[in-house]
Formats: sequence, C-alpha cells, structure tokens
Amino acid sequence: MSRLGISLQREKGNKALIPFITAGHPKPEWTVPLMHTLVSHGANVIELGVPFSDPMADGEVIQLSSELAIKNGVGLKDVLIMVKEFRQHDDQTPVVLMGYLNPVECFGYEAFVKQAQLSGVDGVLLVDSPIEESKPLLSLLRDADMSQIFLIAPTTTETRMRAIIKEAREFIYYVALKGVTGAANLESGSVNSDVKRIKNATDLPVGVGFGIKDPSSAVAVAQEADAVVIGSALVKIIGSCSDLDEAKQAISEFIKPIRNALDSL
Amino acid sequence: MKIKYADYPDHMGHFGEFGGKFASETLMHCLEELKTAYQKIKTDNVFQSQFKKDLAEYVGRPSPLYHAERLTAEVGGANIWLKREDLNHTGAHKINNTIGQILLAKAMGKTRIIAETGAGQHGVATATVAARMGLECVVYMGEVDIARQAINVFRMKLLGAEVRSVSSGSKTLKDALNEAMRDWVTNVDETFYIIGTVAGPEPYPEMVRDFNSVIGKEVRKQAQEKMGGLPDALVACVGGGSNAIGLFHDFLDEDVKIYGVEAGGHGLVTGEHAASINAGKVGVLHGNRTYVMSDKDGQIIETHSISAGLDYPGVGPEHAFLHQTGRAQYVTVNDDEALAAFHRLTRVEGILPALESAHAVAFGVKLAQAMPRESHIVINLSGRGDKDVHTIAKIEGVSV
Repeated sequence: MSRLGISLQREKGNKALIPFITAGHPKPEWTVPLMHTLVSHGANVIELGVPFSDPMADGEVIQLSSELAIKNGVGLKDVLIMVKEFRQHDDQTPVVLMGYLNPVECFGYEAFVKQAQLSGVDGVLLVDSPIEESKPLLSLLRDADMSQIFLIAPTTTETRMRAIIKEAREFIYYVALKGVTGAANLESGSVNSDVKRIKNATDLPVGVGFGIKDPSSAVAVAQEADAVVIGSALVKIIGSCSDLDEAKQAISEFIKPIRNALDSL
Repeated sequence: MKIKYADYPDHMGHFGEFGGKFASETLMHCLEELKTAYQKIKTDNVFQSQFKKDLAEYVGRPSPLYHAERLTAEVGGANIWLKREDLNHTGAHKINNTIGQILLAKAMGKTRIIAETGAGQHGVATATVAARMGLECVVYMGEVDIARQAINVFRMKLLGAEVRSVSSGSKTLKDALNEAMRDWVTNVDETFYIIGTVAGPEPYPEMVRDFNSVIGKEVRKQAQEKMGGLPDALVACVGGGSNAIGLFHDFLDEDVKIYGVEAGGHGLVTGEHAASINAGKVGVLHGNRTYVMSDKDGQIIETHSISAGLDYPGVGPEHAFLHQTGRAQYVTVNDDEALAAFHRLTRVEGILPALESAHAVAFGVKLAQAMPRESHIVINLSGRGDKDVHTIAKIEGVSV
C-alpha cells in the first residue's frame, strides 16, 4: 500500500488531519520547516498549495497567500524542490500538491510527473481538472505510483459521484460547501449526510475540506469523515506572523486543540 | 482528410485539442444542466423565433453591410465593406449574445444574473437585457477597468445593475472573470452566469458563438445581394474572439480567406501586448484549453492593449483550433496603428469605430491594398467608438 493509503486507512478508526499551506507564503524559506512543525503536531498528510495567479476556487485568504508566494518567485519547480527538501527528514508523511492545471500544463505532464516522483510527491489535486479532462495526466501519475485526488461537491449528482469514485484510488475529497475555500457557510448536518452517502458507495477514506476552521467545526464534520482538511484559517495565522519561530508557535497553538478534539472522537 | 468545421466542437466541447470543461467539481453539474438546456433550445422553434424577434425589434437587426466607398477609393485595392455591429442597441455586437443567454436563463428558471466585464461593453449589454427582463444583475469589473471606463460603469448603474469592483490579481478582466466564477460557485442554484466571450468551459464557447453567428449569416445574405456571391476575405479583431467567430463561423467551410487581428499593444517584441495566439502558449485558463499568455511558471501575465476589450490573456478555443489547422490567419496590429485607423475611418467615412474594431480596420486596409480591385473584403465593425473618446483625448493630450 502507498504512503498515502497507509496514512488514511479507514479501519484504523483514527481521524486524519490534513493541513494545507501555500508553498512560499509568506516566505519561501519558511515552508519546509513549517511542514515539519505540522507533522510534529499531528498532521497525517500535508497539502501543499502550488501558487497560481488565477485561483478561481479560492477565497481571499488563499488568493492573497498565492499572490505573495508568486511575488516571492515561487513556482511549481520551486515547490517540487521544497518537497524534496522535506523528504530528507521525513519519508513517512504523504505530501499532496494542490493547485490548478496551468502550471502543470506549462511544466509538461511527463516532466512534471517525473520530477514529482523524484521529489517524493504522493498525490496531486488540481481544482480545474475534473475526471472528464484528467485522463492523460491520470495515467502518467498512476504509472509513477502517484494519485490524482478528485473532488466531490454538494452539487455532484449520484451518477457523477460513482464515476468519480471509479477513478479515485487513495481517498475522496468532499467539498463541504457551495463556495470558495475559507467560506463561512458550513452546515455540518448536510455534510455528514453527504459523506455517509459517499461512504456507502466506496471503501476509500473520505476527507472533508472548505470552511473548517477550528476544533468545533472539525469535530462536527469528522462525525462521518475520515479526514479533515484545514486551509484558510491556518494560512491566515501563518501570514500574520513576523518570523519563523512565531509561526511555529502559532501553528502549535492552532493545531493542538484540533488534533486533541479529533483524537477524542 | 478535409475538416468539416461546422461539426465542431465534439460532444465533450473540444475543438481538436482545445476547449473542454476545466471547471471545479461544484460547477460540473450546473454546466451539464446548461449544456442540456442549450441543446434543447438550439432546435426549439419557440425559443428561436423569440430570439429572432428580439434581435429584430430590440437590437435593430439586421445590421447594414456598408460599402465604404471613399475608404475603398483612397486605399485603391479591394472593395471594403463594413459590417455595422456598431449600430446595434448598446453599440456593439455584445448584445446578440446577452439577448440569447438571458432568454435561456429565463427558460431555466434562474432569477439572478452575473457577468464579468473588461471595457464595460458586455457589462452594459448584460445590464440592459437584465433590466428588460426584470432580473437582478451583478457585474464584476476590475478596479483598473472601473477607473478607465467610468462612463460604462455609470451606464450599468443607471440600468439597475450592481457593479462590484475586483481588486485581486491584476485588477482587470481576467480577475473579474475569476470573481464571477467564485460568485457562481457560491450561488449556483439560482444564478445564471452570462459569459461575454467565446471562452469559458463547455458549452459557453459554442453557445456564445451560435448567438453571435447571426453576424456571418446576415453577411452571407447581404453579400449575395450586393456582391453577387461570397466575399473574398473576412477581417475581425480578436480579444476573446466573439465578434470574430460570429462573423467567421458561417464561412468556415467556404472558400473565403479569414483573418483575426490580435492586439499588438506596444509591439510583440516589447512583451506589452495581448496577442495570445501570436505570442502565447497552450495552457488552461477559465475553463478551457487554449493559447494563453503565461510566464515560465504558468502564471497568467498582464496584457496590454490601447483597447480594454482586447486586453485579455487568453483567446476562445475555436480560434486556437482555427489557427492550429491553418484555416484562419491571426495577425497583430499595434496601438498606434489602431489609433491611426480610428482617425482615418472617422475622417473618411464619418464613422467612429471602437478601438477594438479599429484594429480590424487597420489590418483590413493593408489587406485591401494588396488585393485586386474587383475583390471584396468584409471588416467587422464590432462596436462604436463613443466609449473611447476620453481615452483618445487623454492620449492626445486634449482635455474634454
């Protein structure tokens, strides 16, 4: 079983915590140390945001983090170097790159897959690459033993859900709300019933993201979900810190209660 | 094998390797619904006759095909004909599409309209039809564009639309489109997104093209009457490319030369332009695969054109396809050439073209010069220039 599959195994009963940070935000040299900090406070998988100039699915916090990272000169090839550096001290924690298709198109699919594999990337989540348009990249990723993570949304129909599950290998990412990342309209009741519906159709673990920002919202969606993704709230905290030590401290204070709350379930 | 262009896009919305549906999962079902609804009304007589009636009685179609005799004589080459989209209600071709899409929105039971705009022409055209239908309308516009197109912003407000300023990214059209997408994903159930050009995910490129293809269909008929056959060449400016594909589409499988004119800005060598086909590379932006202007990391870069309506870092996927197959030729015209063409047409024919359309005029004149006198070229005069007089006055140091 792959690193990603092991980390998210449903039968363990543990709730996985998947923090998201934008690579290169607010400073490129913070990213790798912060990834290690996240792991030391109980992150099971790291979602690393690849900065893109036109992040259509992201709310203001991640948009701004992406703009700053681009200003810092961070692009996809730099993100791959960061993962490689992370791997020098951590060969256990899966890293999933999250972003948009154009940087990958620009890199070239084959070159990207090769470099990602060499760097130790476990999976890729591309927001604007639904199953219909993913075939060429998906087969290259599979040949290199990496996953493409697909989203299921509140608007996804039963037929689409089954088609998506068919293409998924390691886990399903459920988008908790109609809206952008960091939005405030999370309704955990309907999230849990949707996640239940997905779990009835697949044995794969289901992660939930978008709009989860603290222990109570994490616990609320983790009633059904196997993993919880936290992005905007974390990115906002990191962005407000003036040096790396402060950021490490802030992450610790932010993540610990969420980790504890998930472990108490 | 000879390509039959009328058969495109395929069932997945692809024009060869271009087009498609590169959207986030939350929108996929809604795009499928839109596609189904659009396929239905495409052959629905009631819908089509309502569309035709609105184009005739509200927009004022057919627009004339005008023989620019003085310009033709001055240039001394092919006969120059102008397709007068500038005479449409609201002053540009944009209304053809918004009339069609708002009828579809009504048919689908949507109660709220959103749109993006650059120069403000599409925003005005959307606010206009929303006012006429009594629907709530929100238009997203970049902060930079709001500053340079103040009159259109005021027009939209007069029409009852809410204009929301977009301050992310480069604060221009592409960012307005991103913000409209974010609105759509949040309010997907009741909202209809009227995209203003032949870009976006399937089915937009096809749908916007079809609503604008009335331009080429009229030209075919008018050319038969006035020239006794098909024109020899067609010329139109290309930003996203809706006026151009509207003119070209009916002639793609005919023996007619086709030229799209991209904004050369300060010149391709300066990097300050909006010529996605001539100087961009294949990528994915705003829901489709096409030529985009991006840097080495795949970040979308800022474009420049004297005309806000051409200032877009991508191009409709069908144009990308026509370029790749060689069916159409895509050339560039710089800011100063467009400005000169604006003055020439204004002085010689008494017609103020939009700065977008002036790009087509500039190339059309060059083309006419090189063609025999008995030949005919049609230039799409996609919009009127009244909206640009402040820009031109500013460039020329005149205070108005």
